[in-house]
Amino acid sequence: MDYTEEQQMMRDTVREFAKNEIEPVSAELDEKAEFPAENFKKMAALGFLGIPFPEEYDGAGMDTVSLALAIEEVAKVCGGTCLSMAAHISLCATPIYLFGTEEQKKKYLSPLAQGTSLGSFCLTEPGSGSDAGAAKTSAVLQGDYYILNGSKAFVTNAGVADTFIVFAKTAPDEGTKGMSAFIVEKGFDGIVVGKKEDKLGVRASDTHPVSFENCRVPKENLLGKERDGFKQALITLDGGRIGIGAMAVGLAQGAMEKAAAYAKEREAFGKTISKFQAIGNMFADMATEIHAGRLMVHHAARLRDKGKPYTREAAMAKLFASEAAMRATKNAIQIFGGYGFCMDYPVERYWRDAKLTVIGEGTSEVLRVIISREILKELA
Amino acid sequence: MKIIVCMKQVPVKDSLLKITDDGSWVHETDLNYEINESDHYALEEALRLKEAHSGEVVLLSMGPERVREAIKQGLAKGADRAIHIDNSSFTTQDPFVNARVLAAAIKREEFDLVLSGLQTDDYGSAQTGVILAENLGVPSATIVMEIQKQNGGIKVKRELESGWFQWVELPLPSLLTIQSGINQIRYATIKGIMMAKKKEIKALGLSELGLSESDVEEGQTGLVFSKIYVPEKTKKTEIFEGDPREVAQKLADKLKNEAKVI
Repeated sequence: MDYTEEQQMMRDTVREFAKNEIEPVSAELDEKAEFPAENFKKMAALGFLGIPFPEEYDGAGMDTVSLALAIEEVAKVCGGTCLSMAAHISLCATPIYLFGTEEQKKKYLSPLAQGTSLGSFCLTEPGSGSDAGAAKTSAVLQGDYYILNGSKAFVTNAGVADTFIVFAKTAPDEGTKGMSAFIVEKGFDGIVVGKKEDKLGVRASDTHPVSFENCRVPKENLLGKERDGFKQALITLDGGRIGIGAMAVGLAQGAMEKAAAYAKEREAFGKTISKFQAIGNMFADMATEIHAGRLMVHHAARLRDKGKPYTREAAMAKLFASEAAMRATKNAIQIFGGYGFCMDYPVERYWRDAKLTVIGEGTSEVLRVIISREILKELA
Repeated sequence: MKIIVCMKQVPVKDSLLKITDDGSWVHETDLNYEINESDHYALEEALRLKEAHSGEVVLLSMGPERVREAIKQGLAKGADRAIHIDNSSFTTQDPFVNARVLAAAIKREEFDLVLSGLQTDDYGSAQTGVILAENLGVPSATIVMEIQKQNGGIKVKRELESGWFQWVELPLPSLLTIQSGINQIRYATIKGIMMAKKKEIKALGLSELGLSESDVEEGQTGLVFSKIYVPEKTKKTEIFEGDPREVAQKLADKLKNEAKVI
């Protein structure tokens, strides 16, 4: 696949930054479950947080393929930093770009693209994840304000975010058709960020439940039209899956590189273990699946950039890349043997981080539902 | 302050080098290239001077087409425009000839300061900068660690041997060769990368520089590049093991009878 000169330069810059600034702290941030605030400031200054948005909203004016390239480079060294970046861009800034009014874009998208504010996305609830339409959070219009009540779960960046995209039912009896989306600021009355989640992986990303207790949201902060929320959520997640797919590719690539360095050094029975066919086969499978995953992710990204339908391709890309990442990171641990099982060596972190990619923004099971539905619709 | 930065593209530091059969150079086809390290610091220093005192930073690079990649990186980091001299037709390892060509390009510009790296990571002659200054008829200072602008000129800190430094004052225009590590090299911003394609890269050939084939002929200065080879091992290390008394005896014997130093 060909990339423009700008895309290659951008990828090289992100790679250099990731290697010099992110990788040295990634193990410590994982252990302490600490959000990389310093690195986010640096990433903001370099323009990483506004890659796919037009310059008029303080973005870099690049595209989805570019974003996928950047996300992969960050994931290669730190899944947690990567998830926070991907959620900020794909789940918070993007829906404002796609559905927001000019005023909303100036007020919220520009600072998000500059990285002077950070973003979150509140869709999942304690009782509804894959079945997002069953959400119970409500929004009732009273005068100039919507009053939001309900609880959201597993909200990435919640503890550090300034801007939240919140989905709530304005017509509770109408299922998915009754959902609307709102832009909520962290300073609004009635938004409560709960206790930080202690997670298996992507521990540098900051995850909390968020609840709304008579939270007053000015009516001009409705995103798009009332009752468009569910459709907006699905479109947002379609794009988000390209990001999570790219993240999975990066994690797999990072784990493979670590495993390769180790396999070429570690000796057993008088030769390096890289020379054993059983180990070589693992690398062949990893490399092939990473390549396939990357092509699928970039193909979906390219479709999105051309304004063509990409729901199915994004779902396939994320499904394949994330499951490939699970296999690759598992094999990376296997190649490291006993050391791979120890936290002093990096590959177990890649495996824990990869586990997020088969769950977040559509579990593998839900993605299979989406893909089969799309395929069967076409073949009927 | 108008600053011209001379920047060379060299093979990436940890490249596996394969020498050509005739021993004239290394195979270039499989190599990746990067901005020469000390030139990169020179560019950063130029950008900082421009930010502090305003002005313009112009990149000057000589080399084949691939050099434009390094030029674009420099433009993405903030240089204003660039000049590319394609030397495919007259590649030479002679710093004198290279400096003459660079000087011809620089003379077309007005400038306050020319910065280059201390030396290149490929040939490492550390001569091009100073010969270039001579060609331009401007004073120069080498191995520069710090630059301070003063009224009518600059004051620079030079690195000497054994931890000694020297401050020297120079008028403008002048030329400095920059030591690696004097600042922290910035990353290109993504906006910078996007803007780089809109910046001018002027391509200049020999005729535009007012030079002829004979000006760039190899060997005219007497410098002949005869052969490149991997250093041959001529020393042998021997390690004695065993009882210290016996080992000491053996060592003394070797020093006396083989090395003949005692």
